[in-house]
Amino acid sequence: MSTQPVSTPAVKGAPPLGLQDTIKKFLLDNMVTVLFMVLCGLGLWVSGLPFSFVISDLLLRIARNGVLILALLIPVMAGMGLNFAITLGAMAGQLAILMVVHWGIGGVGGIALAAVLATPMAILFGILVGKLLNQTRGQEMITSMITGMFASGLYMLLLMVMVGSAVIPIVNPEILLGTGVGVKDTVDLGIMSRAIDDLWAVSFPIAGLAGASLMLLYYGSKFIAKQATGSVQAQRAGVKLGLIAAVVIAAVSGWLMTTDSMLNMVMVPVATFALIALVAIFNLFLITTKIGQDFRTVGQDQHIAKVSGINVNRTRIIAITISTVIAAWGQLLMLQNLGNLRTYGAHEAVGMFAIAALLIGGASVSRATVGQALIGMVLFHTMFLVSPQAGKALLGDAQLGEFFRAFVAYGVIAASLAMHAWKRTMATRKRLLD
Amino acid sequence: MERFRTIIKEVGLPRAIITAFLMLLLALAATYQIPLVPLLGAVMTRTLINGLFVLAMLPAIVSGIGPNFGLPLGILAGLIGLLLAVEWNLTGFTAIFVAMLTGVPLAAVVGAAYGWLLNKVKGSEMMVATYVGFSFVSLMNIGWTVLPFRSPVLRWPIGRGLRATTTVADFFEKVLDGFLAFSVGGFVIPTGLILAFLIPCGLVWLFMRSKTGLAMKAVGDNRQFAEASGLNVNKYRILGAILSTVIGAIGIVVFSQSFGLIQLYEAPMFMGFAAVAAILIGGASVRRANVTNVIVGAVLMQALLVIALPVAGKIIVGGIGGVAEITRIIVSNGIILYALAQVGGGD
Repeated sequence: MSTQPVSTPAVKGAPPLGLQDTIKKFLLDNMVTVLFMVLCGLGLWVSGLPFSFVISDLLLRIARNGVLILALLIPVMAGMGLNFAITLGAMAGQLAILMVVHWGIGGVGGIALAAVLATPMAILFGILVGKLLNQTRGQEMITSMITGMFASGLYMLLLMVMVGSAVIPIVNPEILLGTGVGVKDTVDLGIMSRAIDDLWAVSFPIAGLAGASLMLLYYGSKFIAKQATGSVQAQRAGVKLGLIAAVVIAAVSGWLMTTDSMLNMVMVPVATFALIALVAIFNLFLITTKIGQDFRTVGQDQHIAKVSGINVNRTRIIAITISTVIAAWGQLLMLQNLGNLRTYGAHEAVGMFAIAALLIGGASVSRATVGQALIGMVLFHTMFLVSPQAGKALLGDAQLGEFFRAFVAYGVIAASLAMHAWKRTMATRKRLLD
Repeated sequence: MERFRTIIKEVGLPRAIITAFLMLLLALAATYQIPLVPLLGAVMTRTLINGLFVLAMLPAIVSGIGPNFGLPLGILAGLIGLLLAVEWNLTGFTAIFVAMLTGVPLAAVVGAAYGWLLNKVKGSEMMVATYVGFSFVSLMNIGWTVLPFRSPVLRWPIGRGLRATTTVADFFEKVLDGFLAFSVGGFVIPTGLILAFLIPCGLVWLFMRSKTGLAMKAVGDNRQFAEASGLNVNKYRILGAILSTVIGAIGIVVFSQSFGLIQLYEAPMFMGFAAVAAILIGGASVRRANVTNVIVGAVLMQALLVIALPVAGKIIVGGIGGVAEITRIIVSNGIILYALAQVGGGD
């Protein structure tokens, strides 16, 4: 999945590892992810939630948050760390959707218009954040986090105080408070609710079959291409694994259709997932372009990038801008799924949840891939889903489970920031000693 | 014009803007005939009860770990002290002292571990501190639910765990505020509260002039140079973290007795940010700070928040409920961003 340099001994020509060593290394390299897999597995078992319920809820949550988490990848590649300021993108999306609601345009057209309106706003926000981050080099993450909160204050000022007053004199009892000034806490998106989700939905096994055939096509073509060039062994193994997985998914889906499992009733919003896939593919494609290479060069060493003629500041601004725009679209997908807008709260935890999910998928401050984003989404949302029930089953209190999952979200970010900084100081010290 | 520029430069742009804004608010308040005396009283009380949190930033900044976004750690330790005082049914000054005597050692231990961690992550202290703070606040959410406190005053009458807010009226509410308090023309001077802020400020001021304090300053100013002159950099940074955490613990005790409530769960989450913003408003940077910055910052910040609300109520029609909150969010985060941009990697 990733094209970042991976320092596996096999590539460097070290003696091939035995099976036991390979497993050990895999577990060490993916400690966080493996730990969460175990946690989620235990949680699922303890909570006793029916499998079909877990699957349908998981699909719902991934459809909601998928694009937002993908918005984080490019700034990581450009060496700017985890972009806590995707909340600004989310705010752009919310402002756009409020305008569309105000004009009373519904359906897919409304969402599309909101996306068109959100884009220039997100671009503007992205450029401003990018400029600020260029001023605070080395402290990008704390800056992006504080920027998110600062922008949240301006957003509140705009929507609570200005809208409906002499500054922005609109009249609309649907979205404004009784006094005529300030937007309501919750705005119903009725006319746009689930517009994209309901475009095209198929049952879970059919979606499984479709997914499996796509995987077959992708890995099949890759397999043939690899056969022709005789590429690296390790990558071929990945392709084979993909092919096997596709066959297994197809077989299970086919078998499900013959049973009367509840999963046949679970509907998958195909259009939403197609959009998530498009953003993922866009990320993968971008890496192969000139600007993608620039992101990586800047991410590895700003000084070298500068010497080799890259406009470092501009590249960093572009990275944040792309991230902000994707986040704006991601928030629109989330809102149409929820069906209502919590005007002053919907954007707040967006950055934190996406970041926690990405880190649980095994990403770090300096390296994040589409694959890690996908795994992270599944694990994070499984944990969110099962925690209250597991808390109730284990400790007799669902509230404890909820506290636990909040702690895990914060804790995983804290631990991973600390680990990354720790490794960096050790590397610096080592370089100084050498 | 030239003179104007030099004045701005000396005072610092953000402080100039904030002071000008404050003047405007005061002028507006006078125009709308909002009674100023009660407002000033509120400014004073709120400055005094929040002041120690701002003071807690000082040792952290001076020792080089930067503004202490992990202040909730100290606050949590202080909260445990307060809960113990209530659990043991103590009242008055005894309760305050016991809360401090239990909270402070706990804060010192936590602060030492926190300082050790921050030594491992030099250069990323602010971000790590923020999320360590968040993590502990959410970990203590579990703690408040399962810790074996028995007092019915503290526990929910039904269900599990401790109340989100406990009234301390029957125990030690306003013990410090009332100590030696006297009234001047209807304006109550809370002597005890003033002492509770100024004595720690004085102690920190003295400490900064002691041998240890100067060494700590040297470490914060230039790590490499301090190391080369034989100072144990890590030791002084840990000391800075301990002091900051301990002052935070004392701060919440002073705060809660005046406020009249012990607030648990999410309440400590963002207290660190407000304190960071206040000391920066007072003229500190993320590398330099002194006691004057603490006092000026605490006053300016609270004056702004207290006076903005009634003025906004006169000007803005309709939803003013959020105005104080909006002002706080914009000003405090704005000033933190400004300070971060000042350090800037630039280019």
